[in-house]
Parts: sequence; C-alpha cells; structure tokens
Amino acid sequence: MIEVHDLHKAFGEVKAVDGVSFDARDGEITGLLGPNGAGKTTTLRMLYTLMKPDSGQVRVDGIDAAVDPVAVRRRLGVLPDAHGLYKHLTARENIDYFGRLQGMEAALLAERRDALIQALDMADFATRRTEGFSQGQRVKTAIARALVHDPENVLLDEPTNGLDVMATRAMRTFMRKLRDEGRCVLFSSHIMQEVGALCDRIVVIARGRVAADATPDELREKTGEANLEDAFVKIIGSEEGLAA
Amino acid sequence: MNAAWTVFLKEVRENLRDRRTVTSALVMGPLLGPVLFVMLMNVVISKQLESAEKPLKVPVIGAERAPNLIRVLKQYGLQPQPAIEHPEAAVKQQLADVVLRIPASYPKAWSKGEPAQVEVIYDASRQDARAPVRRLKDMLQRYGRTQGAIRLLARGLSPGVSTPVVVASRDQSTPQSRAGQLFAFMPYFFVIGVFIGGMYLAIDLTAGERERKSLEPLFVNPAPRWKILLGKLGATAAFATASLLLSLLAFGLAGKLLPTEKLGMALDLGPHFAAVVLVLMLPLTALFAALQTLVSAFAKSYREAQTYLSILMLLPMLPSMLLSFLPIRAQLWMYAVPLLGQQLGITEMLRGGKVSPEQALLVLVSGLIAALIAALVTVRVYATERLAISA
Repeated sequence: MIEVHDLHKAFGEVKAVDGVSFDARDGEITGLLGPNGAGKTTTLRMLYTLMKPDSGQVRVDGIDAAVDPVAVRRRLGVLPDAHGLYKHLTARENIDYFGRLQGMEAALLAERRDALIQALDMADFATRRTEGFSQGQRVKTAIARALVHDPENVLLDEPTNGLDVMATRAMRTFMRKLRDEGRCVLFSSHIMQEVGALCDRIVVIARGRVAADATPDELREKTGEANLEDAFVKIIGSEEGLAA
Repeated sequence: MNAAWTVFLKEVRENLRDRRTVTSALVMGPLLGPVLFVMLMNVVISKQLESAEKPLKVPVIGAERAPNLIRVLKQYGLQPQPAIEHPEAAVKQQLADVVLRIPASYPKAWSKGEPAQVEVIYDASRQDARAPVRRLKDMLQRYGRTQGAIRLLARGLSPGVSTPVVVASRDQSTPQSRAGQLFAFMPYFFVIGVFIGGMYLAIDLTAGERERKSLEPLFVNPAPRWKILLGKLGATAAFATASLLLSLLAFGLAGKLLPTEKLGMALDLGPHFAAVVLVLMLPLTALFAALQTLVSAFAKSYREAQTYLSILMLLPMLPSMLLSFLPIRAQLWMYAVPLLGQQLGITEMLRGGKVSPEQALLVLVSGLIAALIAALVTVRVYATERLAISA
C-alpha cells in the first residue's frame, strides 16, 4: 500500500511535481500515465526516497518515507528508468549482489533467485556475463534483481521501454502475476494502450499535477468518450507527448 | 552480511575481471616507477663511470707554446686534441665541452717567472660539461702548485711558506647518503604507484557507475549510502595497496640489478626498507581513495573524472619538486604534513638514516586524519540527491 499526499518538488524555477496525491492499493495495478516530462519519474523517485520532496508526504505500508527511508526501501521493489547492470558480473551475480544488500540469508537468497530465474524464463542466460545482453534480457535481469527480496510493493518506471512485442507481452503477464499474488504494483508509462490494458486504476499526471484518478471504466464514463485514448486526450487537454 | 563488506567484495571481484583496471592498477602503476628508475639510474651510473675513468679529450690551442705543461697534463690523463678555429663558438654550439688555449704571451711570462695565463673556455650552464671542466681545472691547478713548489725550493725556501692554510676535507657522507641524494625522486614513484593503483577504480565506482546508470538502482537498496561508499573506498584502497606492494617488490628487484656499488654507493631496498615504506604509505592509500572518489563524484562523466584526476596526479609531485629545489632541513612537524612526511621519511631511509617510531607515528596519524576528513566530505557529497541521477 502506497499513499502519496500533496507532493511538491521544484528544480530551480521549474515545478516538476506540483501537488500530486494518490493511493496505490495492494492487489491492484496502478498506472501513472502522463506525457514525457509530466513529472512521473520525479514522483517515483520521491516514492523510493532517492529524492526528498519539498513538501508533502509518502507512506509505504504506513511508514513515513521522510522518517524511515531505509525501512521504506526495504518494502519496495524498484525498477528505475535507469537500470544499468554490472557488465562483468553474470545475471545471477547481479541478482545476488542486490539480495545481499537487502540483507538476505544465503539459503533464502538462492531459493528466491532461482524462483525468479524460472518465473522470468531466464535460465538459458542466467550464468552469462551481462555484457552483450539484449534489451529484453537486461530488463528481466533488472526486474529479478529488484524483486529478489520479495517486496510487497513494486514500482516500475516505464518497464516496457525499448522492449519488442514478445518481451512486452511477457512483462505484462508478469505484472498481472505480481498483482494476483496480492502485491501493490505501481508503474509509469506514456503508452495509453498499455495502461488501459493493464491497470485497475489509472492516475493521469500532466504538468506536475494529477489530472484524473479513476478506474478505466470511470474514466470513459466521466469524459463521455467510449474510447480510452480519446478520454486521455480530453483529460490532458493535448495529445503532445503521448503514444498510442 | 554487512552492506559495506558486500559492496567491497563485489567491487573487487568485478574489477579483477576488468582487463583495463587490472592493467593500470596492477601492472602500469607498480611497474612504471621501477622501470623509469632503472633506466634513469643506468644512464646516471654509466655517465659517472665514464667521466671518472676515461682519458680527458680536450682541444688545445697553442700547445707548442707550453711543451712542459702539455707533457705533465698528459701524465695526468689529458689527451690533447688538435686546435680548433673558433673555440668560443664551438663551446656554445656544444661541439666541444671545454677548450684549453695557451696565449702567445705564455712563453715570455713563464721564462720571466711571472704568472703565465692559460684560458679555459667553457659554458657553465651546460650540465653535462661540468665534469670535464672541473677535471681540466684541477689538472691545471695541480701543475701550478707543483711548479710553484719547485720554484720555491730552487730559491732555498720551504714550499710551506706559500701555503699558510691547508684545507683537509673530512667528508661525512657515506656511500648510502650519496646514493640518497641521487634517489631523491624515488618517493614520488611510490606515491604515483599508489595513485594510479586506485585511480581507475575510483573513477569507475562512482562516475562510471553513474554513467552506466547502475548507481540509481544501487541506492534503492535499503543500505545507508555511507556504507555503500565505505565498501567502494575500501575496494579502491585495496587495489592501491596491492599496487604499492607490487611496486615495493619491483623496486627490491631493481635495487639488486643496479650496479650501484661501482659508484661506491650502497642501496638497500630490502625487506626492512619495504616494511617501513609500506607503513608510511598506507595512510596515502586511504587518503587518495577518498580524494579520487570525491573528484569522481563531482565529475559529470567518466571522461571528465579522468581529466580532473590527471590534474590531481600532479599534486603529489609538489613535495618532491620542492625538496629538490629548496633543500630544507627536516623538522619534526614536517612529518605531520601528508605527502611531505612520506617524502622525508623515504629519502631519509635511502640516505641510510632511520625513521624514528615518533616520526612514523606522526606520518601515520596525520595521514589517517587527513583521509578521514576527505572521506567525511565524500560521504556528504554521496548523500546529495543529484549524485545518483544519470541523465
């Protein structure tokens, strides 16, 4: 469960996030949809405590991120927009490194790691060094690394960016699986179709503010548009920066 | 397992797999110094041997005017060469190191018993010509003294009359201390070995990781950033220390290979020397690791960090250069200045002296305090928001 209340963040003159509030519930996929530069990545960075908000509050499973950022990070599995791997380490070693940094016991770590390698279909490249991996293999490794400690809350920043059709489908299936396990899944995207197909709840962000926060059906109803795509454009007020 | 230890192990393992880092840290860093050292020393030693033993070849103008002088100079080891036309120009253009000219007035003054002038033409600004000039002047003075004594004896006087004061030289230098003078630049080689040993890791673990976009996911782990930094500093210092150890080993071998005893010098680069240098240099591995990481944290890219660090590399040269231009007397407080303390201590060892426990402690403690301050500043920089942001 992630609760975000009235977040503000400015970089000099630019107000990147200007009063964002929403909840992401357990057992649901919540999508942050917005054009490029709307403030999605900055909002997520404040959620996983990489950045401090100028004002506002973030609570993860009831823990205030400003009070105990380390405990918050322990409860999060995060795939940031920047998810570089260590090229001289194998995929397994990349995963193990993060597992140890999570403070996991060796036996539990091995068990979780092997389960993720199974679930993400990584077996045939898990013992190879990550140098020269395809984009799909990279993202899978980065996801396994982020989820090795079995977090209740999963944050994914543009997870399907740069993936081909097959890898995108696999990613969506995996996200549904996480939801069905009862986790709170929050991901950002600028692709309307993806958000529409996956999300139980959609938070539309434009110019640093929340423009809408509803289920896909509610969104269609509210805007009077039968088509989600038209509904988004109506809410945001422009087609700029969005992709079908 | 502790987060700092986890980071340390991972960084060491990953960088041992990186050929570029291994080459620079464990081959280039430790070997550059000893190789340069052996090359330089071989040149110095062969030059010294040459100038001391070889007959001195000097063009002589007007040799026929002073046959007795030339005969005696030949006995002293001079090989007179044929006269050349423009001796001043020849010396300036480095065609001759030194030229001896016997003026037309010489025979007349000599036979009258008046001071007879001979001219030594040379260029004092030419380092390489100093030895032959000094040897020629010594020969001429020796001839003058002998002839003066003969003249006094011929007049029934004791030669002692003309030498009211006799200077007796009591040189207190030992073969070791003469070697030390020559090797004043050696501490710099150790310092540079440590610097290069850690440099690539320091760049790679901060600027490199940010450029490859793996710093942000790393910081999402529930480990405090100072622990992550501690692991990275440890790995950097470990590589620097490995580089230092290899460099001490290489210098030990080089010390055995060099024919220093031919110069009447002793050069002891054995285990005792290595152990003391290791103690003196250890705080520098930590200090450099912190400084290099700090610089690397400020740089926007890998390349930028490389540029800054090659400038920072000039810093350890300062004490070496300062001490060779201004030979100052070592005071105890100087051992408390990082870099200067190492320079003084190692030079003292090479001169055959000892580094007292007091001095060693001062070097160690001051170096560790400096390293701690640098590390604390780096912790602050590491805690900033913008550090992790790649784009």
